[in-house]
Amino acid sequence: MFNAITQSQIYVLDQDEALDFYVGKLGLEVVADVPLGFMRWLTVGVPGHPERQILLERPGAPAMSEETAEQVRELVTKGVMGGWLIFTTDDCRGTYKTLLDKGVEFTEEPTERPYGIDCGLRDPFGNRIRFTQPKA
Amino acid sequence: MSRAAEGSNRRMLRARDTMDRDYARPLDVPALARVAHVSPAHFARTFRATFGETPHRYLQRRRVERAMYLLRESDRSVTDIAFEVGFGSPGTFSRTFRGIVGSSPRAYRKEAVAAAVPTCFTMAWTRPG
Repeated sequence: MFNAITQSQIYVLDQDEALDFYVGKLGLEVVADVPLGFMRWLTVGVPGHPERQILLERPGAPAMSEETAEQVRELVTKGVMGGWLIFTTDDCRGTYKTLLDKGVEFTEEPTERPYGIDCGLRDPFGNRIRFTQPKA
Repeated sequence: MSRAAEGSNRRMLRARDTMDRDYARPLDVPALARVAHVSPAHFARTFRATFGETPHRYLQRRRVERAMYLLRESDRSVTDIAFEVGFGSPGTFSRTFRGIVGSSPRAYRKEAVAAAVPTCFTMAWTRPG
């Protein structure tokens, strides 16, 4: 049966802006950036881990009607699209400080949890992201 | 839906995130409108149109959700919890809690069970309707 998750997807409203954020601010790496004609196949991953890719997909035609794409964009910007990611880190508070200095919009400061220290942020479009420093 | 509406949604979400994060502070409509970079009247109207409830109601339900969390996960007194989550008095807290949850804080505490999932999900899904 299955032995890994290799690809997941999150909707972004602008792929260049998404690159600025996910690569320029969060420090992920581009794994694939392929102009397929009908779409730009753009994936990112944690540096050194290309086996786990996140597709940064722009909702739009021809995959869906412009009307449906508008509904998707509305849900993303209301924060209810459901796309979300949780990363792990060796240093939650240090990473928080680094990203805060880069202007990242946090929804929750680093907080002690039963499972470690974690915090929450949003990408420029409204998607939720968290990162956790697991309890040693 | 236009780009302007997407920008408006995003600003309303930013103000709502502020309530989720700073619920214990005395947040009012003018303060939240500043976060969203709109006038207070525009903010109250647009927030309701975007999320289907007033900012005040959202904040009350967030505070009650956080109180429910503390009642479940801690042994702190009901009065302590009332102030901790941003209510001005234990009486207002108990009345609001009962109005939203349907039982008193003490009765809720007796019946509650703790949940072991990421906190953002607990916050989103246990905010009482």
